[in-house]
Amino acid sequence: MPTAKQRVTLAAFAAMMALAAASQAALAQPRTDLVVGMALEPPHLDPTAGAAGAIKEVTYANLFEPLLRVDADGKLVPGLAERWNVSEDGLTYRFTLRPNAKFHDGTTADSADVKFTLDRARAAESVNAQKAYFAPIAKVETPDPQTAVVTLSRPDGLFLFHMASGDAAIVAPESAATNKQKPVGTGPFKFDRWVAGDRVVLVRNPDYDGAKPKIDRVTFRFISDPAAQVAALKAGDIDAFTLFSTYEALPEFRNDPAFTVMVGSTEGETLLSTNNARKPFDDVRVRRAMAHAIDRQTLIEGVLYGNGVAIGSHFPPHREGYVDLTGMYPYDPAKAKALLAEAGYPNGFDTTLRLPPPPYARRGGELVAAMLAEVGIRAKIEPVEWAAWLEKTFKGKDYDLTMIAHTEPLDIDIYARPDYYFNYKSERFNALNDELNRTQDPAKRNALYGEQQKVLAEDAVNGFLFMLPSVTVQKAGLTGMWVNRPVQANDVTGVSWK
Amino acid sequence: MLAFLLRRLASLIVTVWLASIVVFTVLQLVPGDPALLMLGVNAQPDTLAALRSQMGLDQPILTRYLHWAGGLARGDLGVSLTYARPVADLVAERLAVTLPLSLLSLVLSTMLALPLGLLAAARRGRGSDWAVLGFAQLGVSMPSFWIAILLILLFSLTLHWFPAGGFPGWSGGVGPALHALLLPALALAVPEAAILARVTRTAVLDTLGEDHIRTARAKGVGRMAVLLRHALPNALIPVATVLGLQISFLVAGAVVVENVFTLPGLGRLLYQAIGQRDLIVVQGVVVLLALFVVLVNALVDIACALADPRPKGGES
Repeated sequence: MPTAKQRVTLAAFAAMMALAAASQAALAQPRTDLVVGMALEPPHLDPTAGAAGAIKEVTYANLFEPLLRVDADGKLVPGLAERWNVSEDGLTYRFTLRPNAKFHDGTTADSADVKFTLDRARAAESVNAQKAYFAPIAKVETPDPQTAVVTLSRPDGLFLFHMASGDAAIVAPESAATNKQKPVGTGPFKFDRWVAGDRVVLVRNPDYDGAKPKIDRVTFRFISDPAAQVAALKAGDIDAFTLFSTYEALPEFRNDPAFTVMVGSTEGETLLSTNNARKPFDDVRVRRAMAHAIDRQTLIEGVLYGNGVAIGSHFPPHREGYVDLTGMYPYDPAKAKALLAEAGYPNGFDTTLRLPPPPYARRGGELVAAMLAEVGIRAKIEPVEWAAWLEKTFKGKDYDLTMIAHTEPLDIDIYARPDYYFNYKSERFNALNDELNRTQDPAKRNALYGEQQKVLAEDAVNGFLFMLPSVTVQKAGLTGMWVNRPVQANDVTGVSWK
Repeated sequence: MLAFLLRRLASLIVTVWLASIVVFTVLQLVPGDPALLMLGVNAQPDTLAALRSQMGLDQPILTRYLHWAGGLARGDLGVSLTYARPVADLVAERLAVTLPLSLLSLVLSTMLALPLGLLAAARRGRGSDWAVLGFAQLGVSMPSFWIAILLILLFSLTLHWFPAGGFPGWSGGVGPALHALLLPALALAVPEAAILARVTRTAVLDTLGEDHIRTARAKGVGRMAVLLRHALPNALIPVATVLGLQISFLVAGAVVVENVFTLPGLGRLLYQAIGQRDLIVVQGVVVLLALFVVLVNALVDIACALADPRPKGGES
């Protein structure tokens, strides 16, 4: 007969063993589920009403489908439209939809929904974060339920690309108003539940009319703390962490056979954004001096632990049309000092470098400030949070220097915007941009992109630093996660366990 | 007594009202536009204006305050700007994590502290006393987030007994939910238990020196019985006072531990809402927390007033 004390001890031990056994049993089953880790939680789940990348990282291609999709290699592939053609003059786009496409609530997805989606996005009361994508549309017609014909008022070389973005996901009039909390799309996964602050769960859509995904359940977990991210991976709670930015932990995961580390590229050009309208940065010699003062390789080592690619202009090296301009301003502090002296600043000057929260900015900003100090530019570091950055730096354009990655794909046209926070004005660049908008031919477009890159590099508009890497740490045995990130997405439709 | 209660109630209402004005005003002064945060860097001016009017941000400040405070008075906390859901629902959802977490750690810390404090008092100056005092010193010095990291290292990364964080939600069953809350609750409980064990030890030792204990011993009551029946009940008064004080510390500590364990509690809601400039949520949560603190204080005051038969100041 055990004593009371022994009984308590035994009970506690048994309870612990049961817990341990339960977690072991779960491992023995063949896996058809997937847990993806992300740093940020989406504020809501409607990709047509918010800019937060996390919204698209959960919903794009999984839950919602645009007319076209961007695949893992950045190519345009069929989405809700199974085929499309463009008229000679580049003004008429005819989309043919999948005949049996259905929304998750059982209603059919037809051309009326396409018309509803596009008209809603360009309406006066639209809250689409990329409303400009829809501005060229003159009218949307629906000759039959399977066909949508979009007529543009002016040619737009990027129209198809924009129609493949999450912001152009096709939504239904019945559910558009409630998509933020209960998203209803046409994708291979449908919404199951959202434990706010912790996870979103999607389950396979049994009625999907296209190829069905191999996994039947995907859970997106949101972990912002870097130490907690590493712990969750090591504890086996998470199968793959995407856009992993705790780069210092990568050697550990590389050395562990239980994990695979994939390093690809995002579309994020990381810049030392410069206020071109403010003294002394309105002088191109000062901007060129800064370009010579920054040692990109050291920066990539220090910030990304080597997992990044240097850039010399505002264009990703993995895209067609890229021109390598990284050699234009080699690291040369002496030359930087000479240029500063020539511009009238032999003793350098004082300035402010404002840093938003991402680790690449906070860590990179310290290094950039140290490099600038070497040539006499004394940059005071000012850390700010996102809301303040957007308000003061981006919208208010009240800044000297800041560090930020521009993650929108193919966004070199921001340099043509009259009110953009760089305060950059170039007739040459704008003329190239107008020509680009009139050009459909891919080869000619790429040549024009090349010209644009050269103009930006010659003017040293911003400090062009590096491409933000797309780092995925995943369990060995998992295949089909995207290596690169041509659009903001965690497309898990092709993922499976070996 | 009635006058005392009414005075307490009036000061409670005034405090919460003042808190509502302070939090509203401060949030107006902080830079950051919720519409711009939602729509990002490519938003067009007309889109921003449309969203701002949807969010009600195009109204004058005073109108917005009166609208919000009016709702508050009726018990309506408003609708979140980012999540597009009633704030009351969001808070209730998060309290379903923070409250069980705080309660669980309260229970754990009491279960740890009382036996340890008693043991130390009973064996004053002996090895076990020193061991308890050592634990108490260590527990007080280590912040709960550090204990949290140590617990994760041992129980999640090495032994794989518990998840390293996250919360499956109560809908997945009570078992998995409690399983996820146990480590964080322990991390919160250890520093509290350390303080409580010391208080218990001192309180029991104080009581042991009193006349009625000596009388009981003289009448031939055994050591154990004296400890449990005569010393402990009297020692519980200071212990309970400290325990009461610890409740608000537990809620505050929960905010930090919630972040280490990525638990979707009230603290994380507040943290995320500030980052998103979800003004309605921030205002609602801060006012609720103010109400909570004021209520706990009022209850403690009332309890003391009831326990103390002497007349209240100003009424004699």
